[in-house]
Amino acid sequence: MPIARDDVAHLARLSRLALADGELDHLAAQLDVIISAVARVQEVAAEGIPPTSHAVPLVNVFRDDVEWPCLGAEKALDQAPAVEQQRFRVPRILAED
Amino acid sequence: MVGREGRVDALIPFDEVLTRYEPVIGLETHVELGTVTKMFCGCPARFGGEPNSLVCPVCLGLPGSLPVTNRAAIEYTIRIGLALNCTIADWCRFARKNYFYPDMPKNFQISQYDEPLCTNGYLDISVEDPGAEGGARQVRVGIERVHLEEDTGKSLHVGGATGRIHGADYSLVDYNRAGIPLVEIVTKPVEGTGPLAPAVAHTYVSELRDLMRALEVSDVRMEEGSLRCDVNTSLSPRGSGVWGTRTETKNVNSLRSVERAVRYEIERQAAVLDEGRPVALETRHFHEDTGVTTVGRSKEEAQDYRYFPEPDLVPVAPSREWVEQIRAALPELPLARRARLKTEWGLSDREFAAIHNAGAVDLVARTVEAGAPPADARKWWLNELVRRANESGTDLAELPITPADVARVAALVASGELNDKLARQVIEGVLAGEGTPDEVVAARGLAIVSDEGALTAAVDEAIAANPEVAQKVRDGKVAAAGALVGAVMKATRGQADAARARELILARLGRG
Amino acid sequence: MADELTRMSAAGIAAAIAGGEVSALEVTDAHLAWIGEVDDAVHAFLHVAADGARRAARAVDERRADGEPLGPLAGVPLALKDLFTTTDMPTTCGSAILNGWRPPYDATITRRLREAGVVILGKTNMDEFAMGSSTENSAFGPTHNPWDLTRVPGGSSGGSSAAVAAFEAPLAIGTDTGGSIRQPAAVCGVVGVKPTYGGSSRYGVVAFASSLDTPGPLARTVLDAALLHETMSGHDPCDSTSVDAPVPPVVAAARQADVSGLTIGVVPELGGEGCQPGVLARFGEAVELLESLGAKVIEVSCPHFSYALPAYYLIAPSECSSNLARFDGMRYGLRAGDDGTRSAEEVMALTREQGFGAEVKRRIMLGTYALSSGYYDAYYGKAQQVRTLIIRDFEAAFDRVDVLVSPSTPTTAFPLGERVDDPLAMYVADLCTIPSDLAGNAALSVPCGLAAEDGLPVGLQIMAPVLADDRVYRVGAAVEAALESRRGHPLLDDAKGLG
Repeated sequence: MPIARDDVAHLARLSRLALADGELDHLAAQLDVIISAVARVQEVAAEGIPPTSHAVPLVNVFRDDVEWPCLGAEKALDQAPAVEQQRFRVPRILAED
Repeated sequence: MVGREGRVDALIPFDEVLTRYEPVIGLETHVELGTVTKMFCGCPARFGGEPNSLVCPVCLGLPGSLPVTNRAAIEYTIRIGLALNCTIADWCRFARKNYFYPDMPKNFQISQYDEPLCTNGYLDISVEDPGAEGGARQVRVGIERVHLEEDTGKSLHVGGATGRIHGADYSLVDYNRAGIPLVEIVTKPVEGTGPLAPAVAHTYVSELRDLMRALEVSDVRMEEGSLRCDVNTSLSPRGSGVWGTRTETKNVNSLRSVERAVRYEIERQAAVLDEGRPVALETRHFHEDTGVTTVGRSKEEAQDYRYFPEPDLVPVAPSREWVEQIRAALPELPLARRARLKTEWGLSDREFAAIHNAGAVDLVARTVEAGAPPADARKWWLNELVRRANESGTDLAELPITPADVARVAALVASGELNDKLARQVIEGVLAGEGTPDEVVAARGLAIVSDEGALTAAVDEAIAANPEVAQKVRDGKVAAAGALVGAVMKATRGQADAARARELILARLGRG
Repeated sequence: MADELTRMSAAGIAAAIAGGEVSALEVTDAHLAWIGEVDDAVHAFLHVAADGARRAARAVDERRADGEPLGPLAGVPLALKDLFTTTDMPTTCGSAILNGWRPPYDATITRRLREAGVVILGKTNMDEFAMGSSTENSAFGPTHNPWDLTRVPGGSSGGSSAAVAAFEAPLAIGTDTGGSIRQPAAVCGVVGVKPTYGGSSRYGVVAFASSLDTPGPLARTVLDAALLHETMSGHDPCDSTSVDAPVPPVVAAARQADVSGLTIGVVPELGGEGCQPGVLARFGEAVELLESLGAKVIEVSCPHFSYALPAYYLIAPSECSSNLARFDGMRYGLRAGDDGTRSAEEVMALTREQGFGAEVKRRIMLGTYALSSGYYDAYYGKAQQVRTLIIRDFEAAFDRVDVLVSPSTPTTAFPLGERVDDPLAMYVADLCTIPSDLAGNAALSVPCGLAAEDGLPVGLQIMAPVLADDRVYRVGAAVEAALESRRGHPLLDDAKGLG
């Protein structure tokens, strides 16, 4: 099933990618081809087959509720693009709710 | 009531709404667990602390970092699930909830989606209802699910008028809170509550809070954010059996706000429906100062979180042995405790409900533990102290007087060293910070005068000062002695033993 | 002497250092010098940490002088894929979005290497965030295959494989998600191993596809790879997916190098259509060789392997779309477009647009698509079911055979630029390697000759069950020994790219 340019634009928004128009067209064409190819998985009869999210089955891996050393604010912040009041300064956030 | 766009929300008065609509409510509560460390790393799960000082590569979501599940958080969640009568999953997983937001370092939150740890439980609550038998209505609030997730960081919004996000120029993010374990408790829709809907919401949150404290899994302080509430409200036209569209109200930061938010939404939605318009499926924001809800940012479409099983974590499969161990170690739960106390104190449903509604169960219980008879404890807390709390606008539990103090006062009255009036003065003194009850008695000289000599002197003075009244008593009008007792009390500033004074007066006047 | 030092195996270097014949510093200097001579042409390294390497080498020499015991790889130089965090070197992941990033913590593997006295020479080039099969997706220019500088070294661990093939280091570490160790190893004529998933810690390995990423060794000999495998592997409490079991006895197996009595399965789904004739020819000979060495060879069909490629190109992008969401310019790395007027959303989108290359963007969007509501079941969900079927194919196969074999990759090293505009053609390079990534079992690529048509290396892939990593070393070492004895000299002596 081909994927429309609008769908690709939507995906770009969802993924926070500010694609230029030309780039969007180019990627849309490529994605269309790729999606058609990977859609082959739908040919496989998989009724009642459980999905695998972990190839090597493990369960119940825990850690004890014991403190370990923190990084320290200096190390946490020293690679930050912008810092103010010992916090990460970020551009204005549009309200979510 | 001004809405965000400046439009005034029309409202239908609450009582009128209920003649035509049935409210249905639901609550989503987030509880920050009081574990030592965060959900997926060993940073301290502490409130406060210098910004960004309680972080590590994992909770900062640095490239290459990986989560490891805190066993204690699982245990606490199972504890909560058991206390809420839930089924504990044999096997469950974490999932990624994907969306971009600066307070989420990975731009996804590790949570649980279609495989939560606990499902299908209930919490029985007792809601104050003067019209009901025993003064309270029993409501069973169904619990849909209890699951675990990680908390986000906190943002300060700079530049806007009120420090809120709207109109801010930029934001400052602190990730100390990011990664703290958060339990989400979601109720099933609660219907059939009618006019009690706001009270049911309030009581549910209050009971849940008490439960969390009893389980010792969280300090559940709404003002600190360790207990957070979203309230869902919808209206169904009476008798239609058709559920209405619900709104979700956030920023409900106190028990009172829970109640007010539900009430407001009921009134607002009724107005919308009455106008023939549909209620919009939306998220609203509650304003504490004005008591109104306003629309959050309208979304073009519902968020698609693209949930998938968290590949960096393996499933959690609590053994039945472990679950039973946790169950066996559960403390006495509030509901059971209250039933036990009611019986121990020999109270009727209504009497006990009065204590519970005043939020005084713990206080009374501790006063009884400190030696006071239940009736006395109850009397002092529900009368004098409730009055004082209302006067000063504080919670009963916040009053600067301890159950031990109250027990002492009750003991002093019982032994005759104080009467009720004096006792109230002692309480006043303790609340004013003058010290313990005994210290106040000494400092203010409030002890009942039991010294016979002093009392006799006061009696003689009263008789001498009121010869007509005294003559009446001599003549047989014993009741008139009351005025003389009053004079003795006045002369002793209320500290005379009134009964003894009366005896002495009657004796003096030949009628004892 | 310097020449000789760079031609030595890791085992040989370690023995020479331990025996006092040469110092670790001399060994390191020799390699640094050689890097200086050839890396302009090869471009295997993004960062050479000369001072740090010399410091580490001196420390080994001091310990030796103090009579302290040295580990089996003490003083041996190593090239580390730039996907592993290192506190004393930048970590770019081959991406502009992390250009200059200095991690505040070391990967567990980085730490283990240091503790073992291994000398990390620097960080190697790679396809951006491990996405690619040619290292052409690096934001810092491609790496060139030492066999022919006009050709790709494979990917995504192309810098690591080229460094080893060019004698810039006897050991390297890469990661394998869809074949990113084995395929570059094959086209560079070196040994590359994907351990059992979870066998090596992923803590500090920047995630591409979490359920597939597997750090592993590259070297010029099977024994060297085994030595590195043992040093870098083992349970890590910081990685929940880390296997809590002893590291399989891979070094012993590499020394054993004997296939008599083993049953070997040839997988028809992995060695037909799309394979270059020269590759098939060398592969066929390798199979015959195994038979002559005493193994029994049968054909074992794994029917769902034909769906491995599409399943992978749904699962991996899905996980990566989520893993790469954190790169948004808010906390580290590139921030673009923040002129004070734009919103956080806009700055994130501009940062990612500028900071990510085309392949990464393609996969992020593909993954977002596959996970979207309405598409999840048909794409991601279905792919995970296919994954189960592939695992079952492996289990059924391993009921009948001890190892499975196939060519490591359908073609020899292709020319730089040939596939950059054709994503699907690029993806096909992973055809043979992907099944083992999906199933998590161990797999190794060992050189098995040169293709007749172009004289470029061909790799034989050997696959073993989960946690049976030793088997691939055992068979790989046997093939290596037999071929070398037949050839009379190490394969890499034939590499003409560097003159």
